[in-house]
Order: sequence, then structure tokens, then C-alpha cells
Amino acid sequence: MSDAFTSKPLVQLTLARLREFLREPEAVFWTFGFPLVMSLALAVAFPSRAARDVLVGLPPGQPSESVRSILSGSKGITVRDVRPEDERRALREGTVHVVVVPTMPPTYRFDPAREESRFARAAVDQALKHAAGRAEPWVAREQPQEIPGSRYIDWFIPGLIGMGIMTNGMWSIAFGIVQSRMRKLLKRMMASPMRRSDYLLAQLIARLAFLPGEVLIPLVFAAVAFGMPVNGDAGTIAIVALTGALSFGALGLVMATRVRTIEAISGLMNLVMLPMWILSGVFFSSANFPDAIQPVIHALPLTALIDALRAVILDGASLAAVSGELSLLAAWGVVPFFLALRLFSWR
Amino acid sequence: MTETAVACDRLRKAYGSVVAVADLSLAVRRGECFGLLGPNGAGKTTTIEILEGLLTPDAGDVEVLGLRWRTDARTLRERLGIHLQETQLAEKLTVEETLRLFRSFYPRGRTVDELLQIVELEGKRSGRVGKLSGGQKQRLSLACALVGDPDLLFLDEPTTGLDPQSRRQLWTLLEQFRSRGGTILLTTHYMDEAEFLCDRVAIVDQGRIIALGTPTELIAQYGAPRVISHHGTLEDVFMALTGRHLRDE
Repeated sequence: MSDAFTSKPLVQLTLARLREFLREPEAVFWTFGFPLVMSLALAVAFPSRAARDVLVGLPPGQPSESVRSILSGSKGITVRDVRPEDERRALREGTVHVVVVPTMPPTYRFDPAREESRFARAAVDQALKHAAGRAEPWVAREQPQEIPGSRYIDWFIPGLIGMGIMTNGMWSIAFGIVQSRMRKLLKRMMASPMRRSDYLLAQLIARLAFLPGEVLIPLVFAAVAFGMPVNGDAGTIAIVALTGALSFGALGLVMATRVRTIEAISGLMNLVMLPMWILSGVFFSSANFPDAIQPVIHALPLTALIDALRAVILDGASLAAVSGELSLLAAWGVVPFFLALRLFSWR
Repeated sequence: MTETAVACDRLRKAYGSVVAVADLSLAVRRGECFGLLGPNGAGKTTTIEILEGLLTPDAGDVEVLGLRWRTDARTLRERLGIHLQETQLAEKLTVEETLRLFRSFYPRGRTVDELLQIVELEGKRSGRVGKLSGGQKQRLSLACALVGDPDLLFLDEPTTGLDPQSRRQLWTLLEQFRSRGGTILLTTHYMDEAEFLCDRVAIVDQGRIIALGTPTELIAQYGAPRVISHHGTLEDVFMALTGRHLRDE
């Protein structure tokens, strides 16, 4: 690099921010290592929905013997011994989905509010009735399909990437600024001829430098390790990620405008991010929430980002197809950015 | 070029009902080292930050190097060197990286190598700021103030918390700056520092200047030795003027 380039304040400010980040091992782990650990853990916990057996609890001992032999011999059912006093805990923890008491007719204990419990009940019911001699009117022809991209892990990875873009964007920017303000470094810089816009721009540019790694590491990892399909083209994925990073960067900027302590910024961050972690469909589909709050959910920037990422990565959607989400996301960036410029306190 | 480096007239600054600076006027000549002395909370830092253009006064006029903050802020910033009392430079950066960063803000100035030599930190060039001793940090902060080859230095408590050797070392640096024609305005509550460095001092208490003159004049006027064997010092003057015996700490 030439001296004329490296002696520019914008370049020096960006370098300073990058160096500070890279020399903080914890920050590097949370940005790049955490998504890997997270996807690995979830892949182990939820291998594939269809392949999982239903878990049936039976009281140990002689009276259960005939039911035990029927269920143990049925496909897709795993039997576990559950003593009556442990029943409630086992159902709550999900170690069994239904408990069968060998009365005649049998008694099923399960939580109808849980999808897997209802499914387990139906499977047990079918197996027991079949063994009792119920005649089947017909047996359907089954054509199992392996649809790539329909597993939980495939659905989850774009959500994880979106969450990372939000968390890292807001944290890296807001934390760096609040720390510099606390150390009176912002004030010291204002005492020099530094341009304010150079400082703020450098924070955003430095943040973007980490973006390729944040997106590519989980994406490549999931594609290689879990065979997740990546149907969208690289350019479209990049544009969606970039829009998200800039918008959440601007949100981080506006949150850091006046805050003076790390405790206050941490609290503020949690207040803003926690609802989005829950509502925006990172871990489970936001369609589970009642219709009444759907408009709120769809107005959130993280929902827009994750919806766009899923559409592009999994369905190979074009830029035009996600333009609605992108516009909403961009609005969440532009408004806070100008607000931040007006409100920013250098002291 | 005017002969006055810094002039302010009836400066006033209040925080709520607390008046930090009350109608303070002073003039610093070019090439002079001028000291603001006073107990904690006297209004020294507020005054110097108004002069540095970091705070806006409620009332009063400020002129620095013949320019005004409202109209010539950028030109002024390029010609000033500033050391703030509480700044902690980024700990993860090295000494050299810190200087390059600050150097990039100024259109002209000294090279990083020159600065390292002036403040005798060549050996710490690649050392992290967080690993420096108190004296070394203070010298680095001074190097950041000197980076644009300023005409005027504002130093807010430059040697607070340093051991005697480090203080001496810093004084030598400031003497060198003055010998090249530079002007210094500093605040301190070390009397020996003011006596050693300053051509003139103003003693500030409760936002006002209560005495002004050369150290020798002030000692002659207020610090006449009460015991024959005892030579008057600026400390005697200071205690005589601001010595509310039980200070509200």
C-alpha cells in the first residue's frame, strides 16, 4: 500500500478499529467460532425430523409385558421404562412423548399441546389396535421424498447467519463507540482536526470487513458438513447480507449516540435484540405466533433479513423477489443513520 | 500576527446552579508558559476546555492565535496540541500505530520517527499502549499533542500521578518545545511544577482568578516567609490564598 493511501485518516481509523477487534480473542470467537459451535450443536440435537422415533413410556414390570412386546416390535417406536412417580418429569423433559398404562382398554397420558405427543399417541394407538386384530381397509402406497433444504438444519442456518449479522453489527459498532467515549478517547479525537464523518464511516467500514467471514463460514460449513443446498447466487446473497450489515450497523450507531457505560449499552442491546431473537424466526418459525402480532413481526428488521436470506439461499429467489424485504431493511438503516448523525455525543 | 496567543474575556460557564467559571479573563502571550493553578473543582479544566473549543461558554469571548472557534475551528485544530486530563488511549494499539493514527488527522506535522525520538519511546515503538508505564503513557499523549507541530499546547494536568523522574523528563520535553518558540497553557496543582515551568501563573478558585503574576512576584506579595530560615515558595502563596483549612473533600 502506498503512503498516500495509508496516511488517510479514514484508512487509519478503519485500521485502528480492525486491529482492536482482531487483538480481542473473545470478540473473534463470538463472531466466527460461535456460529459453528451453534450449528454443530443443533445438527446433533435435531438430526432430521422424519427419522426420529416416537418415545413411549411404560411402567416397568410384568403387567406391561404384552404391550411392551407389541410396541417394541413396531417400526418408529422406542420404548422406555418410566416409573409412575417419574412420569410427569419425563413428559415435561421430552424423554418420552406419551405414557401408556396397560389397562384394558389402554390409557394414554400425554400433553395434547405438544405436537410430538399427539403424533406419538396416534402411532401407539395404531400399533396397539393393529395388534388387537383391527383389519386395515387398505395400505397406502408411500413414496418417501428426500427434499433437500427441508430439514431443520437447512432452515436454521440462514436464520443463524441473519442473527449473526444483527448481533455483530450492533455490538461491534456500539461497544467500540461507548468504550472510546468512556475512555475519553472520542473527546481527545474531537480535539484534533479529525472529521467526524471519517470516524463514523470507519466504524461501518471496519464492521463490513468481517462480514464475508461471518456469512461464508457457517454457509460453507453447513454445505460441506450437512449437505445444505445453496440455491441462490453469490451476488444476491452478498447484497442481502450487505444491506443487513449496514442497517444493523446504523442501528448500533444510533443506540451508542449518548450512552456512557458498558452496562447501559448492554441493557439497551438486550432490550432491542431479545424480542427479535424470539419473534423473527431464528430458531422456530414466526408463523407460530398469533395473527394479531404478525404485522409487528413483519415490520422488524431481523424478520426482513432472515426471510430474505432463506428465500435466496434455500429457494434461489432473485433480487427482485426479495425487494420488499430489502426495502424495509434499508429503511431501518437510513433513518437511524441520520438520527445518529444528529444526536451523536462526542463527549 | 498578534502578540497574544490566547485571550479570553469574562468567560462564564454554569452547570445547573453550580457556577464552574465566573467572569474569568486572561491573556497568554506568545512564547510564554502560562499556568492555571487551583484546588480540585476550582474551574481549571472547564476553563481550559472552553479555550480548547471543546466546551461552549455561557458568556464571554475567546480568541486563540487571533482566531475564533465559531468561524475557524478547523484551522485552529490543526495548529493546537492538546493533552486532556482523563484520556486513555486505545490499549490494544501499539505506540507507533497510535502515532500514525493521530498523524493522519493533520495535513502537516512531524514524522512518527521524530516524535518517538522526542519523547524517547523508540524502544517501545511496537509495544502495546496498555503495557506502558504511567510516565510512558503520558509521554505518548504528549507525542500525540505534538504530532501536528503545533504553535500552542494546552496541557491539563500533564504530570498528575507520575513519579518524580517521569515528571522531570516531561518538564524537559516542555522546555524543549518552548525553546523552539512554542506557547504553553497548562493546569496543575503541583506548585514546584508551576515554579519550574511557568513564566506566569494565575491562581484560580471558585471559577475566578484570585492572583496573577510571575512566581517570584506572587511569592514576594503573598508568600513572605514567616520564619527567617524558611524561603517563601509558591506553595505558601497557594495555601495563603486558597487554604480553607478543612477542604470539603
